[in-house]
Amino acid sequence: MDQSTPADDDAVITTADVAKVASLARLRLEPDELDRFTHQLADILGHAADIEALDLDDVEPMARPVPLENVLRADVPGPTFDRDAVLSQAPAAEDGQFRVPPVLGEAP
Amino acid sequence: MSSDARSLAASVRSGERSAVDVLEEHLSRIDEREGDVHAFNLVTAESARAEAADVDARVAAGEDPGPLAGVPVALKDNLCTDGVPTTCSSRILEGWCPPYDATVVTRLAAAGAVAVGKTNLDEFAMGSSTENSAFGPTRNPHDLTRVPGGSSGGSAAAVAAGFSAISLGSDTGGSIRQPAALCGVVGVKPTYGLVSRLGLVAFGSSLDQIGPFTTTVADAALVCEVIGGHDPGDSTSLPQAFPSVSDHLDDGVDGLRVGIITEMMGEGISPDVAARVRAAADALAAAGATVEEVSIPALTFGLSAYYLVAPAEASSNLARYDGVRYGNRVDAPTAGEMMEATRTAGFGDEVKRRIMLGTYALSAGYYDAFYGKALKVRTLIRNDFDAAYERFDALISPTSPTTAFAFGDKTADPLQMYLNDVCTIPTNLAGHPAMSLPFGVGDDGLPVGVQVLAPALGEVAMFRVASVLESSLASSGPVAS
Repeated sequence: MDQSTPADDDAVITTADVAKVASLARLRLEPDELDRFTHQLADILGHAADIEALDLDDVEPMARPVPLENVLRADVPGPTFDRDAVLSQAPAAEDGQFRVPPVLGEAP
Repeated sequence: MSSDARSLAASVRSGERSAVDVLEEHLSRIDEREGDVHAFNLVTAESARAEAADVDARVAAGEDPGPLAGVPVALKDNLCTDGVPTTCSSRILEGWCPPYDATVVTRLAAAGAVAVGKTNLDEFAMGSSTENSAFGPTRNPHDLTRVPGGSSGGSAAAVAAGFSAISLGSDTGGSIRQPAALCGVVGVKPTYGLVSRLGLVAFGSSLDQIGPFTTTVADAALVCEVIGGHDPGDSTSLPQAFPSVSDHLDDGVDGLRVGIITEMMGEGISPDVAARVRAAADALAAAGATVEEVSIPALTFGLSAYYLVAPAEASSNLARYDGVRYGNRVDAPTAGEMMEATRTAGFGDEVKRRIMLGTYALSAGYYDAFYGKALKVRTLIRNDFDAAYERFDALISPTSPTTAFAFGDKTADPLQMYLNDVCTIPTNLAGHPAMSLPFGVGDDGLPVGVQVLAPALGEVAMFRVASVLESSLASSGPVAS
């Protein structure tokens, strides 16, 4: 299978791009899903071509509606979550800790 | 139909009715119609009965349980409830019970409200029809063949069907206002920062805001005042109380300047919906407001900017669902394989689409072209809104381009579904308040919502306009189906 087949002749995103972002986002896609998602993402990004065409060099970006300020509180202990209550909702826990499958020795 | 929340609370506080009686009336309506509507992921009848009995005990003891005494409330299932399952209508969180209540849940309880259940939504609040719920769609109580809107479709349907007097939703790009419009109820998205997001499962953190669904404008004002105000647990919470909107509901609109947004009245807007907005403009003018059309050109870029910013934030927020700390896990030999298997099985298609879109928009080589540019468009939209608000106190538009559409109409084409949000999205990008209220019906007999928009912290003007529209509709006779 040619992973770089574009969804359309003028597509902004290819199946190879989608396979890459799926891998980065820890999602596995079947071949038919890869094709379908590539077409759909190309449609959406195609719609965004209207803002790609804008000259915005002199415009400041706005990441949030309210300016971010550091928020401080008095340095006194307050109530915290009970550890066992939190761990009781985890898929696996052991000795007061979250338990996961082996991390070392994986393929990169 | 059920009585409004203010009337119910007044009758409970005075001892005229018991909270238990009010609750049982709503539970019996749930018994009758929930099988058809599917507004809820979970009905908490037993704990609700205990809460209602507690309210009655306090009244009997001469105490005042609060301004929402005995009022049944439904909570969108992305609001954390201590020890009660909170699923976000996603398989990946099925069965998860948070160890704490969202601030809004705590405040409703402190005001005497009785929680009757957790309402259905598009998975992780991503959608405009509830068709993206992992647990099946909610149906519109006005016509079971139509969607209720989304993502807070369950909360809108619960109030429209009389299952609860009020409900809470969350609005990232219209997820309160659009379902309110399609279900014929009032829905409010407050100014960003006025209502604490602590305990709201995050989707787009710079866009998300919690707000109420109600049957009356006065109820919406009251619920906003109860849930709003500073919360030290949310670093984006504004250091102030919610504006005292209830005190101004009878102020009228004499002397207010109201603009009709030109960009939201033309192409893509159904003529019968646009006609109801014109009727609303006429009603405001008759009540003494100055009403004119106003062009806000940057709004036409809202959809494109939103569908880069919101997925970018979502891709980051949803990275936490990795099968380690909460929710479900699909076992695999290594941690990396476990995370991939868990996320692949746990997320639905729309959530995967947005995670991939957001990851792409944030990735090296595309960041400047997509995410960076979208943030600059956000500035353009805010600036154009600011220019309009130099001339106007409030703006009006359709909430949704059409009345409720049929199931399956837009599921095959995500872009068509996204176009539903074209009138509601700019408000979230700017961080402003806006609300939808029912204003008659369309050619198909289904509810039409008129949207009232205001500048940041402009809730008083917004509610004054909404209150006048509500009165004008009542005095012109019933139009609802």
